[in-house]
Amino acid sequence: MSEPMTPAQKGQDFEQTLDKSDAKVAAFEVKHHTLLDRIQHLLHNNPTLVPVIVLVISLVAFGIIAGGKFFSAFNLSLILQQVSIIGILAAAQSLIILTAGIDLSVAAIMVLMSVVMGNLAVFAGVPSGIAILAGLAGGVGAGLMNGWFITRVKLPPFITTLGTWSIFYALLLWLSGAQSIRGQDIDTEAPFLKFFGATFNIGGARITLSAVLMIAIFVVLWYMLNKTAWGRHVYAIGDDKEAADLSGIRTDRTLLSVYGLSGFVCALAGWASIGRVGSISPQSFYEGNLDSITAVVIGGISLFGGRGSILGALFGALIVGVFRSGLRMSGVDVLWQVFAIGWLIIIAVAIDQWIRRVSA
Amino acid sequence: MTTPVVQARGIVKRYGHVTAIDHSDFELRPGEVLAVIGDNGAGKSSIVKAICGATIPDEGEILIEGKPVKFNSPIEARDMGIEIVYQNLALSPALSIADNMFTGREIRKEGWMGKILRMLDKPAMEKFAREKLTELGLMTVQSIKQPVETLSGGQRQGVAVARAAAFATKFIIMDEPTAALGVKESRKVLELIQDVRARGIPIILISHNMPHVFEVADRIHIHRLGKRLCTIDPKDYTMSDAVAFMTGAKEPPAQDAA
Repeated sequence: MSEPMTPAQKGQDFEQTLDKSDAKVAAFEVKHHTLLDRIQHLLHNNPTLVPVIVLVISLVAFGIIAGGKFFSAFNLSLILQQVSIIGILAAAQSLIILTAGIDLSVAAIMVLMSVVMGNLAVFAGVPSGIAILAGLAGGVGAGLMNGWFITRVKLPPFITTLGTWSIFYALLLWLSGAQSIRGQDIDTEAPFLKFFGATFNIGGARITLSAVLMIAIFVVLWYMLNKTAWGRHVYAIGDDKEAADLSGIRTDRTLLSVYGLSGFVCALAGWASIGRVGSISPQSFYEGNLDSITAVVIGGISLFGGRGSILGALFGALIVGVFRSGLRMSGVDVLWQVFAIGWLIIIAVAIDQWIRRVSA
Repeated sequence: MTTPVVQARGIVKRYGHVTAIDHSDFELRPGEVLAVIGDNGAGKSSIVKAICGATIPDEGEILIEGKPVKFNSPIEARDMGIEIVYQNLALSPALSIADNMFTGREIRKEGWMGKILRMLDKPAMEKFAREKLTELGLMTVQSIKQPVETLSGGQRQGVAVARAAAFATKFIIMDEPTAALGVKESRKVLELIQDVRARGIPIILISHNMPHVFEVADRIHIHRLGKRLCTIDPKDYTMSDAVAFMTGAKEPPAQDAA
C-alpha cells in the first residue's frame, strides 16, 4: 500500500462506526446444530453414505426375511453377477450425469457394439481380438457422436440421446437382421467373445469375470474423477458450466472426452454381456438405459450434475440387485419388485434434494 | 514515461449495426489501480473484454508491455499472466477452495505418478492455496478443503481475488467486485485491492460504486458512448464531477497525457 491509512481516514463516513463492530469479517457462526442438521451436513459432505447405509440395511432386512440362504456366498455372488452389466452401464451413465447431462442411448450403444463384435467374429471370420477392438472403437465413435451434437450443435443431452437411442437401435436391428447369434455359434467360431462369462470359485462364491470387470471399471473411473485434473473438470462442468469456462477449463473438449469414454465403457459392457447372456440378442437390455439411470440415482449422484461419487452408482446397482433377489427369495411377485424399485428412485431423489438444501 | 502495462489504440467492436466500442483508447500504467466507470451501456465492459481476449476487436491495436498482442480467448490472456475476477466469480460451488484456485492449471505429482497416472499433487495445491490466502489475510476459513458453497459472499470474493493475485504477473481485471457485498465485506475487498497493488500488480477496476472508486483508484477512466471520454485524477475532481462527465452533463477537461 502506498500510504498506510489511519483509521480516521479509512473508508467513508458511514463506515467509521465499523471499527466498533464485530471484527470477524469472514468467520463462521457457531450454531448449535440439531441432530438432523448434523446428519444433513454429514450426508452433504459424504454423498455416498446414503446408498451404503441403504445397502447394509436392505442386506440385513432381506437376510432376516428370506432366511440364511440369502446370505450364502453363492447367492451374494449371484447378485454381483446379475448386476454386472447394468453396473457397467451405470458407470458410463454416471460420467454423463456428473456433467449435468443424461444419456438415454447407453444400452443401445452396448447392444449395437455386441452385434458388431458378433457379426465380425462369427459371420465375417475376423479374428475375435480385432472384432472386439472394432466394437470398442465403435463405442467410442458412438459416444463422440453424442458429444459432438451436444458440444458443437449445442443440442440438449436429453434430446440428442433420445434421437441416437432410436438411431442406434435401428442400426442394431438392421445389422443383426433382428436375429440372435446363437451361443453354440459363438462357442465354435469366436469363444473369446465370451471371455467375461468365465467364472472362478472362491469359497463357495462363483465370481464371473464380468463382475470383476465391473468393479475394475468403477475403481479406474473413481481414480480418474477424484485424482486427476480431468476429473475435477468433469465435476466443475456439472456444477456450473459457465463458471468452468471462465476459470479456464476447455469445457467442450472435456465434455467430448466424457462422451467418448462413456461410449467406450458401454462397448465394454457389450463385450461383457456376450459372456453374461451367452448369446447376442438384439432384443436384450431394452430397458438398460433406464436401469442404468435408476442405479445412478439410487446411488446418490445428483441428476443436476457435479455432485456425488461414481462409487454410489455401484452401490445403487447393488441395491437394485439385492432388492430383486431378496424379494424373489421372500416369494414376492415380480410386479412388487418393480413397485419397490420405483419407490426407491423417488426416495433417493427426495433425499438428494433434502441434502442439497443444507444450510451453513 | 515508463511503458504502460496495457496500451490500446483505436479499438472498434461492432455487433451488427451496434457499435459497442467506437475508436476507443485505453491505458494502464505500472503499479496503479485504474477505475473504469461509465453509464450503463457505455461499453466499459466491452473495452475491458477486448483487452483480455473475451471479445476480439474488429479494429485497433493492443500493446501489452509495449508488445502488440492478439488474443483469441481469455485463456491465451491468462497464459500471459492476465487474471480476471468476474462479477459472478467463476467458482465451482461443490469443489474445494484449493481445487477452485487451481482449475485449469492443476499441479501434477512428480515422476511416473504424475506423468503416467496423471495424479494431482493435492498436498502441494493445498499448501499453495493456504499460503496465498494467508498472505491476503483470508485464512479465517476453516479448511482449505471445504467446498466453496459453504463460504459467505465475501469469502468467495476473497478466494477469487486470491486466485487472481496468486497467478497474475501482468495485471488483474476486477468486474464489480463489491457489487454483491455488504458494507464490511466490501471494506475487506477494498483492502485486498490495496494489498494487491502494494505487491506491484496493477488492477483494472470496473465499478459503479463512486465512493469505492474514489477511495482506491489512482486514475479514473471515464467511458462514454463507446469511447474513452477522459481520464481524471480522483484527487482533482469530486464524485459529482465524475458523474457529470460520465452522463454528459458537463464537458470533460482537456486531456493532457493520453
